[in-house]
Amino acid sequence: MRHIISVLLENESGALSRVAGLFSARSFNIESLSVATSEDLTASRMTIVTSGDDAVIEQIVKQLDKLVDVIEVSEITSNEHIEREIVFVRINNSEIDKKIMDKLESYEFLKIHNSKSNDLIIECVDSPENINQFVSTIKKIAVKIVRSGAVGINSN
Amino acid sequence: MKQNIDNNNEKFTGAEIFVKCLEAEGIELVFGYPGGAVLHIYDELHKQNEVSHILVRHEQGAVHAAEGFAKSSNKPGVVLVTSGPGATNSITGIADAYMDSVPIVVFTGQVRTALIGNDAFQEVDTVGITRPCVKHNFMITNVKDMASTIKKAFYVATSGRPGPVVVDIPKDITEDKCEFNYPKSVSMRSYNPHIEINSDSIIEAAEKILSCEKPVIYAGGGVINSNASEELTNFAKYLNFPVTNTLMGLGCFPGDDPQFIQMLGMHGSYEANMAMHDCDLLIAVGARFDDRITGRLDKFSPDATVIHIDVDPSSISKNIRAHIPIHGDVKDAINKLSQEIIGKKLRPKNIDNWWNQINEWRKKDSFKYNQEGDIIKPQFVVDSLYNVTNGDAFITSDVGQHQMWAAQLYKFNKPKRWINSGGLGTMGFGLPSAMGTQFANPDSLVCCVTGEASIQMCIQELSTCLQYGLPIKIINLNNRYMGMVRQWQEFFYEKRYAMSYMDALPDFVKLAESFGHVGYKVEKSSDVEPALREAINQKNRLVFLDFITDQNENVFPMIATGAAHNKMILS
Repeated sequence: MRHIISVLLENESGALSRVAGLFSARSFNIESLSVATSEDLTASRMTIVTSGDDAVIEQIVKQLDKLVDVIEVSEITSNEHIEREIVFVRINNSEIDKKIMDKLESYEFLKIHNSKSNDLIIECVDSPENINQFVSTIKKIAVKIVRSGAVGINSN
Repeated sequence: MKQNIDNNNEKFTGAEIFVKCLEAEGIELVFGYPGGAVLHIYDELHKQNEVSHILVRHEQGAVHAAEGFAKSSNKPGVVLVTSGPGATNSITGIADAYMDSVPIVVFTGQVRTALIGNDAFQEVDTVGITRPCVKHNFMITNVKDMASTIKKAFYVATSGRPGPVVVDIPKDITEDKCEFNYPKSVSMRSYNPHIEINSDSIIEAAEKILSCEKPVIYAGGGVINSNASEELTNFAKYLNFPVTNTLMGLGCFPGDDPQFIQMLGMHGSYEANMAMHDCDLLIAVGARFDDRITGRLDKFSPDATVIHIDVDPSSISKNIRAHIPIHGDVKDAINKLSQEIIGKKLRPKNIDNWWNQINEWRKKDSFKYNQEGDIIKPQFVVDSLYNVTNGDAFITSDVGQHQMWAAQLYKFNKPKRWINSGGLGTMGFGLPSAMGTQFANPDSLVCCVTGEASIQMCIQELSTCLQYGLPIKIINLNNRYMGMVRQWQEFFYEKRYAMSYMDALPDFVKLAESFGHVGYKVEKSSDVEPALREAINQKNRLVFLDFITDQNENVFPMIATGAAHNKMILS
């Protein structure tokens, strides 16, 4: 089962490696991890996408909470939430045909950036499911795919 | 706690501040070893008399000594080592303290901040290397943070579930100057060890306790860490429930009490493991269901309701699902349960049938051994040690067969008397931890029960023992084998004794003498007790007793890895 865990932690050097180390040391999965500043200048917010049964997720939350630098841990997927991910895909202009263009137009938050070479860079911000779909549509002609991993917030 | 606050704008070097912090924290003893990165600190230590420094012979010994000191007292252990190899040599001890929840603070020197990351001489990423085996670690990058960081280090190490904290101090920080102001208190928004116990879970647990028919109290090291032995004992006595201890919990309930059903687990008693398997209520107190306790998880206490009291929520429902989790300090939880039951004068059900069953199991006398003839049985040495010391010594041990025999046969009636390496299983722990124990209890008898393989892993500390006149009694159960390895090879590897034979052993008597101590070799069973008495009578000397024991003796009972509790090998 896929879960998103949101962690607020002290913005101390080494805090990221405490979390990353915990996951590898205890054989927990990390599908993606993103970290950036938060509303509090002295704390960072980390969003971890992981998977496991209920007992594993319970352990992940408890172990994270046990880290001395961690201020708050919440599992956000069990409640109503919004999640988004960003992806950049570089494609060769000559590979784009009408069929693909039609498909691409069905994506809500799509931007096309021209690059100096003969490539196009497509930017898509959407839910991870839609991003997956988008990526599978375009994968064959993609030269490079850069994904951010999901961030999320509870909406209730 | 003694406060030491200088507020007159006078500036001190980081090294001076370091020593002032230890004084303010009430630290009297530091175990350590000097080196380049910590020379400023050593110079300051040299100039004062408040904080004594104990010079070990290897940094691993310093950490084990600090562990022994902490485990046998109510004070944290303190270690000071240099950067690079000083730090890496201390890792085994730090990992050991982490596994056994021992409150120690390890200060490591570091290269100058300008050199960090440059592969400087004696540089190692101490914070990175120690991260997976500490409760927390810090690097001080500004002298102004020295006092507050040290305060936090002691607070984190000693509160909640205790554990090791490492503080890495670059050399230039010990030269830099600032004012000294030791904080009176610590508040960390990300760390709050004070837990309010959920009263619903107390009520629910009390109901189960009053309605069960086949209960077992399974008590571990958390009871000792919480100083809750008296509370647990009173609670168990009131209920007349059987009590078993983990290896780390020995002494938290009187070992000679009729309600004590001995240690449980891989080498636990028949009655303890059978009771664990058949019980209908399992009350786990400050224990963590480690694999040496549970054996096969899906066959573990199949019919039991599990109440689990622990200060560390991640220990609850980690290996065994707790039906009634009680997250909080063990002492606090037992007090609340006692109020709910003893306070209301409620009585549990009659469990005579359960006791009859347990007493049937007890008849197997599963720790029995047969001392016949001249060849010394190792168990007989431990038994004799118990008799000669009236069960009142501090016993440290190393790791292996001797450790299990000591745990099985020395009946600990008091907490903090049994000092051993349970979680990490560190050979070499016994002698240095005995030093720390002796420092914490200078007027008490401290015995180190060890084997000829383990003792050689930190043998250099015999030199430290001479320097500080530590009258430790070393009980070496010398069977010329790495006994536990040999036992597994006998059972599971068709007696192929790969590398478990100790060839070219030293003459331990001469070895002890060369370090300035007294050594005796004991080869006949009739000499065991007299030798022990003679050693104990030498009050001011370290005595190394080299007992030549039966090579073929095995530790029984034994639950093979992955077997259920009711599948014990008895002999």
